[in-house]
Amino acid sequence: MGTGEIIWNGLALFMTLCIFSILYRDNPFYRIAEHLVVGVSAGYFAIILYYTSFIPKVWVPVVHEHKFYYLVPTLLGVLMWARFSRKWSWVSRYPIAAYMGIGMGVAIPVTMQTLILVPLHATMQPMGFTSMALFNNLLVAGGVLCALVYFFFSKEHTGAFGGVAKVGIWTLMVGFGAGFGLTVMGRVSLLIERFTFIRDYLQNVLGL
Amino acid sequence: MGFYEKLMTMDRRVVYLAMALAVAVPLFIPFQVPIHTTPEVKSVYNFIENLKEGDRLLIAIDYDPNAMAELHPMALTICRQCFAKGIKLFFVTLSQNAPGMAEQLVSRLSKEFNKKNGVDYVYLGYKPYPGLVILSMGQNFRISFPMDYYGTPVDSMPIMQGIRNYDDMKAVIAFEAGWVADAWIQDANGRYKLPVALGLTGVMTADYYPYIQSKQIFGLMGGLKGAAEYETLAKAKDRIASRGMKVQTITHIVVILFIIVGNIGFFMSKRKQP
Repeated sequence: MGTGEIIWNGLALFMTLCIFSILYRDNPFYRIAEHLVVGVSAGYFAIILYYTSFIPKVWVPVVHEHKFYYLVPTLLGVLMWARFSRKWSWVSRYPIAAYMGIGMGVAIPVTMQTLILVPLHATMQPMGFTSMALFNNLLVAGGVLCALVYFFFSKEHTGAFGGVAKVGIWTLMVGFGAGFGLTVMGRVSLLIERFTFIRDYLQNVLGL
Repeated sequence: MGFYEKLMTMDRRVVYLAMALAVAVPLFIPFQVPIHTTPEVKSVYNFIENLKEGDRLLIAIDYDPNAMAELHPMALTICRQCFAKGIKLFFVTLSQNAPGMAEQLVSRLSKEFNKKNGVDYVYLGYKPYPGLVILSMGQNFRISFPMDYYGTPVDSMPIMQGIRNYDDMKAVIAFEAGWVADAWIQDANGRYKLPVALGLTGVMTADYYPYIQSKQIFGLMGGLKGAAEYETLAKAKDRIASRGMKVQTITHIVVILFIIVGNIGFFMSKRKQP
């Protein structure tokens, strides 16, 4: 490990410990590290946006290639900044309207197809008890129906209807349980990576 | 306050300390846990194994450094498998804090396998508004990426000759830490029928299993476990995720113990109430 690496990784180690210190109680070291993360992320994003969007999508087409129609979306983008003025903030509604219109036009048909129709079709599969695949399809369809019944509030959840709703709750609970287990795994993964980083640093620099 | 009430109101710092020990101690103890592979991870591995030399694959590195721990190991293993097979890789990133990190990954692997930018792979870089970028790539990669990450016009690169849109790609393997995963499913698969496989953070994984049932994605690797499974299948040398799984096992046992203790406290203190 070179001197530069020792210094930068040492700083990273210090910042990691600053972030961990919130687990004990709120303190100025945590605050410094937190603000630094936000600041660095925002600054990094601004620079990335300038070089990956402004230069190739505005500067090069307009200045070098003389494609002046690129100025129309650029102008709409500039109008977004009018929000910072009380007097001219209404102007920003034009680019927002254009952005929302385009976004909705693009998204609605695709969303209907991919988030509603295709998954609905996937629930309507051949079902039965003769193979695991058929039984699995039965479980999925049954689980979906029971979960939907749970969210049907126009009829009191009593008797057979209440029983079906209860199966719906259990189906949802299984889903939440899987989600919780995977969330624990995700968070622990982050902790493992930081602890491994600390261990490697200490081993490499201090020979521990 | 009785014993069971104390269990209910345990100082959260005790839990943090227990978790810290559960992570730190196994890191210094050499042992392994068995890793069983699942069909959703195997299908990604088999898909890549069945590709031929010169086939093209789109790789989306859509995660920030905060998801690196989970997604970097699987991205490394898959890209190594692809480069070893001579598959041509097209890297993009649609997450704003990812470009530098993705560049690090790409340059590390290219050195490792002696691959040339513009010939064996291309790193197209970052563009904002993922949904629109994914849709535009379905028409022509050049709409969003006239130049690569390093500022080289893509038309001057041998790898981009004859490449227009998703029709020229076998699939996209997208490593995701946020909603961009939905955009790949909706726009790349839904609109352009590009086969999609996802590498996801653990938090997201459960939400995306239904897409396997509906065949909108052909494979899914969830969190560190997904990465460890892939390492096992690919017989990876650098088994970062697999080493992490032993720690996962211990920490999960600790979490389960705390849940049991909390529930004992809850039910026993309830029973004591008149």
